[in-house]
Amino acid sequence: MECGFAICPLERTLKVRAAVVRFLLRRLAFALLLVVAVSSGALFLTRLAPGDVTTNLGAFARPDEVARTRARFDLDRSPVAQWGGWALRAVRFDFGDSFLYNRPVGGLIRRAAGNTAVLAVAALALATFLGIPLGIVTGSRQGVMAAAIRGVSLVCLSIPPLLTSLLLVFIASRTGWLPLGGMTSVDAVDAGWSSWMLDVARHLPLPALALALPLAATFERLQAQAMTETIHQPFVIAALARGVTWRRLLIDHAWRASLRSMCAIYGLAVGALLSGSFVVEYITAWPGLGRLMYEALRARDIYLVAGCAAMGGVFLAFGSVVSDLLLFAADPRVREGQTA
Amino acid sequence: MKAFGRALLIAIVFIAVAAPWLAPNAPDRQFNTYLYAPPTRVHVFGVGGGPYFYPLRIVSRLERRFEEDRSHPVRVQWFSRFSRFSRSSGFSGFSGTSVHLVSSSEPDTAPLLFLGADSYGRDIFARLLYGSRASLGLAAIATLAAMFFGAVIGGVAGYAGGAVDELLSRFSDFVLVLPAIYVVLALRAVMPLVLPARDVFVLLVGIFALVGWPVVARGVRGIIAFEREREYVTAGRALGAGPVRLLAVHLLPATRGYLATQATLLLPAFILAEATLSYVGLGFPDSVPTWGTMLHDASNVALLGEAPWMLAPAAAIFLVVLAVNLLVQGSGRSPVQLEP
Repeated sequence: MECGFAICPLERTLKVRAAVVRFLLRRLAFALLLVVAVSSGALFLTRLAPGDVTTNLGAFARPDEVARTRARFDLDRSPVAQWGGWALRAVRFDFGDSFLYNRPVGGLIRRAAGNTAVLAVAALALATFLGIPLGIVTGSRQGVMAAAIRGVSLVCLSIPPLLTSLLLVFIASRTGWLPLGGMTSVDAVDAGWSSWMLDVARHLPLPALALALPLAATFERLQAQAMTETIHQPFVIAALARGVTWRRLLIDHAWRASLRSMCAIYGLAVGALLSGSFVVEYITAWPGLGRLMYEALRARDIYLVAGCAAMGGVFLAFGSVVSDLLLFAADPRVREGQTA
Repeated sequence: MKAFGRALLIAIVFIAVAAPWLAPNAPDRQFNTYLYAPPTRVHVFGVGGGPYFYPLRIVSRLERRFEEDRSHPVRVQWFSRFSRFSRSSGFSGFSGTSVHLVSSSEPDTAPLLFLGADSYGRDIFARLLYGSRASLGLAAIATLAAMFFGAVIGGVAGYAGGAVDELLSRFSDFVLVLPAIYVVLALRAVMPLVLPARDVFVLLVGIFALVGWPVVARGVRGIIAFEREREYVTAGRALGAGPVRLLAVHLLPATRGYLATQATLLLPAFILAEATLSYVGLGFPDSVPTWGTMLHDASNVALLGEAPWMLAPAAAIFLVVLAVNLLVQGSGRSPVQLEP
């Protein structure tokens, strides 16, 4: 059916939808490639490293025990054959066994990834609620308060998670306000579900804050930058001239326009959270993915290393897809298929 | 802001260079009665005119309690000259001088410990100064290496274009997605875990350069691809300059400003990476003073509350990152992403 307008609304919607689907499919393909490449890379790296998992058996292990262990982890096959076997099993969600824990890798990773996700989501939420509003304030105002926030933010920006977690652990050990480390207390293991949750909630603030502080400062700085840039745009002046109040202008116009650059930051934030969570988990003994990966690497626990790497890849891919979706939601130009 | 950041950086570099002269004690000298000793309290106006302090006497080894020996004031000496106690290990060794700006008049029995002593009774202040040489030196060399490879590879990609460009860009994009600390951790962990200090240094420079170059290469590629189309390049080509000459003499100098920015971003990231690796026990051996190994010594959580001076290297790292942040923010750029 011919349409009288330059672009018929229906045709346009269909076109946009096709563009969105194509874009998302491409991102998903990239995500899959990322997971496969990272886990395979980790597998080969561990395999080709000097020494293998049998060094954990000690110097006095019997030869037949060593041989049995090597056979169990396919170390007697060639690296490529090992990778092939592993990949075939991995598509069926069988990621092999862990030497360290003497258990299937899948369950271990699921639990660790869950713990890391709890930590990361808490930190991200904290950083967002601290950083974004403060960034709006410092980006749109001048004065003593904005300058003070800017100063604090600059200091927080210069304390990476390695230092924040050490500092917070030090403060906690001095004051006794929060538990020093771990995810649960020893005595909470047998208690009921609700008290377990409560216990975790008591242990969470320290590592989450350690991870969130530098990130919040980054968010604040970037939001302030984006805010200052948009405030000087002609459309803001036009809106002011139309009689829009300053508060409404800030939130409905300037902040919305600055969202686009913030969405791109969220994609990067997942990488920063993963990197930061390694140190934080290590220092505060949070049983997450970073700690597990570290233990696995040290012990040359080959399938656990590959599994952790795969899970990390899933996190990264998830982050980039979510940030793309946010971009779609925030920016009508992207939604309508224009390359902005 | 910018000037302050620059002054801070210059001061830190000066302190690192002048470490043997500024440190009152040798960094590996162990004072056996001074394990976990608190910082020496110097009294500025002394009986004989000059500053003095009271040596510490251990009261309880178990509780790590010390008490000042009031009966025996020790003078603080300027420009004292005393024989070296022992040879320093590793590369951050003595430059041969044994003149100290300030020290105790009885350096063997009553040491002057500005920041207390660590778990082996070594002077934390001296180790901090010597550690700055290893930490800053490693980061500086790794930064140079990363920039060299980044500039060369990015330059070739930008100049050649086509399939080479595509391949190199895809590869560096892929490396950029990965959380750098995990890549560093994995690459370090698959090497033999215990290595002499010199090998660790070379290995870490190599790993950091490997992780850092894609960041540089991507920007350089963009600049070169843009500059290549300009008239002066065509003129150079017409005059008979080959691609190597064009790239090295005419094109790469255009990236100077970009490279300077990248250097200020990579340096703190590498300092932090070394600290993280040494903290988790995958960096330098404990005998080598670096900021990372010193933090590792402070990792005993129970002790941390009683001996906050063990966190001195954290303050040093903070100062370096703050200086760079001041420098970068002062020139109106985005905050430092603590991710190489």
